[in-house]
Amino acid sequence: MKLLIVDDSNIMRKAIAKYLQEFGLQCVGTAEDGEAALKMFREFMPDVVTLDITMPKMDGLACLDEIMKIKPDTKVIVISALKDPATGILAIKKGASGFLPKPFTPEDLCAEMQSCLSDKAAV
Amino acid sequence: MNEIEIKAFIKVLTDYFHNVTGKDAVTGVPFVKSASTRICDYTAVIGISGMRKGAIYFTADSGLLEDVGRHIIGEESFDDAALYDLAGEMTNVIAGNLRESFGSSFLISVPIVMKGRLEDIQLKLKPPVFIIPIEWNGHRSHLAIGLE
Repeated sequence: MKLLIVDDSNIMRKAIAKYLQEFGLQCVGTAEDGEAALKMFREFMPDVVTLDITMPKMDGLACLDEIMKIKPDTKVIVISALKDPATGILAIKKGASGFLPKPFTPEDLCAEMQSCLSDKAAV
Repeated sequence: MNEIEIKAFIKVLTDYFHNVTGKDAVTGVPFVKSASTRICDYTAVIGISGMRKGAIYFTADSGLLEDVGRHIIGEESFDDAALYDLAGEMTNVIAGNLRESFGSSFLISVPIVMKGRLEDIQLKLKPPVFIIPIEWNGHRSHLAIGLE
């Protein structure tokens, strides 16, 4: 399965890639804003995306809308510092498979990814 | 800013250090920023709009950022760009987590790291600016809050 990591922080992109190594996903790229993410998404058509919200150029929720138009079965885990419940609910309503508030531990992320991949298997 | 709001900031700060590093931070007594308030080497500012207007900034020295970075990614060395990136990310998480207390109309900008443009911070902050001193793992830093 192909993975795309989207976050405007370089250290968070590296952390997410490192924490998810145990899943054996093929990381096809990383992006630092929504526009770059969409370009990479169209090129690589990943199965799984981790998506930050607060980013320059295009935020994660707008990017999520576009991803869902292109490939609605994509598993998107929104990972954001915006910790209010309304933001998480909005992300799920827009088609995200999961929502993980920052800061998170490696265990938090792996649990969210496991849940996401289990859902995909069930479908 | 009232006492309850200041406490919300303190909780977000202490939760951040505890959750990311497993080591607790100690916050000092908040005070109003003065001309002598020192800014550290690495500073990131986030504009606030919506229900509140103004800005917050987090400022820290390289030692703190390197230690936090080691907890996150496990690397031993960080270049200047990585330290600015981490300062921005920490500020982003602190500001974003505040929405748990302040609600969804507490809108935050992307972080802007400050490199020799300290006057820009003064323009964004709405006085009075409150400083929350932070001591973590032997390092001192602070969060500044300037909201209408």
